[in-house]
Amino acid sequence: MNPNELLSEIPSLRRYARALTGDAWAADDLVQDTLERACTKHRLWREGTDLRAWLFTLMHNLYMNQLQRVRRQSAAGREVDVDDSEAELIAPTLPTDTALDLQRCLLLLPEEQREVLLLVTLEDLSYKTVAKITGVPEGTVMSRLSRARHRLQALMDGVPAAAGLQRAAEPVPLRRLK
Amino acid sequence: MKPETPPPVAAPVTDDELHALIDGHLPPADRQAIEARLLQQPDASRRLADWRAQREALRALHAPVLEAPVPQPMRDVLLRAAAARRQTNDWWRWGGMAASVVAAFGLGWLSHGQWPGRAGAPSVAGQRGLAFAQQAAVAHVVYSPEVRHPVEVSASEQAHLVQWLSKRLGKPLAVPDLSAQGYQLMGGRLLPGDTGARAQFMYQDASGVRLTLYLGALDSGPNGTAGGETAFRFTDDGPVPRFYWVDRGFGYALAGPLPREALLALARAVHGQL
Repeated sequence: MNPNELLSEIPSLRRYARALTGDAWAADDLVQDTLERACTKHRLWREGTDLRAWLFTLMHNLYMNQLQRVRRQSAAGREVDVDDSEAELIAPTLPTDTALDLQRCLLLLPEEQREVLLLVTLEDLSYKTVAKITGVPEGTVMSRLSRARHRLQALMDGVPAAAGLQRAAEPVPLRRLK
Repeated sequence: MKPETPPPVAAPVTDDELHALIDGHLPPADRQAIEARLLQQPDASRRLADWRAQREALRALHAPVLEAPVPQPMRDVLLRAAAARRQTNDWWRWGGMAASVVAAFGLGWLSHGQWPGRAGAPSVAGQRGLAFAQQAAVAHVVYSPEVRHPVEVSASEQAHLVQWLSKRLGKPLAVPDLSAQGYQLMGGRLLPGDTGARAQFMYQDASGVRLTLYLGALDSGPNGTAGGETAFRFTDDGPVPRFYWVDRGFGYALAGPLPREALLALARAVHGQL
């Protein structure tokens, strides 16, 4: 693995993580962890295979672990400091209301739908690759993608029913864990 | 999906087809076929338009992050990994490229006759010093223009940098501080020299001018006496002016695109701190 190749993937990893978490700090932490993982596990990556897909797989696994931790913590009655979380949830680079709104609606999607939508949309990965990254069958990727696109549209259009209609899970605010 | 209606009425365009269309995963023929069917399907057409707009909006969201410089902590992970790997075994795999560039440059100078003859040189230390200064110049021109990886270990990890290079050069090193002269340490790297390992420290001033300090042990002369020391010497023979000297068997060369006087002042500052 050539460090230059790895370096050139960092911008897209950062953008994806930013959209996924909605938080600049949490996103960069996730990227940092992903890079560290990639460097310690570089032997597991086979020359000639898709480096990007491998990096996104590492990131997916880390993100899912973080979510589980957060969920366990909230299940255990841990309260999130409002001041704290408010500051963190506002990404400082969002320029417009529309962008803010889009990010907000995005965060209302269940993680697994958000992840598929973003991998497909931002990274131009094939459905098959997204299936590999997220560890589900391709059919599941397609149905998650459909649900994500329908739901995001309804949320953006301000359809009131959309928020409660098929609410699979409460959005878990991802916090910095370090 | 099988069409259940006779050919004249097109089958409804499915979500999966819309996704493939929007995400650009279809060959042109399939794309055209779906677009033709969409002409008669306003619902699906509206969904297509919505989802296309959604895709564009998502791609625009956070797009500036793609242009933003990569944060130093992320670079450091990669540099650390490169350094760690180099230390373990395949030093040449990543260093090899730089080494071969250095070798090629060196050969170039040799063949241009800019190198004094090996025989009949006035003093061992002087000759070694000049050869060393040539290598320093090569290392300077190879690495100082680097935008992404000017150094292997950055100044933010100075303790690690000093420890690592001291170990590899077999001598406790001190990194001279040139901030009083307006130059900040960027970091350093390990290089191969003809008589062993070399360290290169790189500095930069506010206007982006880069200096490199190149150092390493020279083969000492008989009993380590003859090749011991030299005074400061200046040369601008080569791609970049530099001052070089030998002190207790260790060679130093300070290279930078500066006038002689300015470089001399910096060389004195360096020497005073070693």
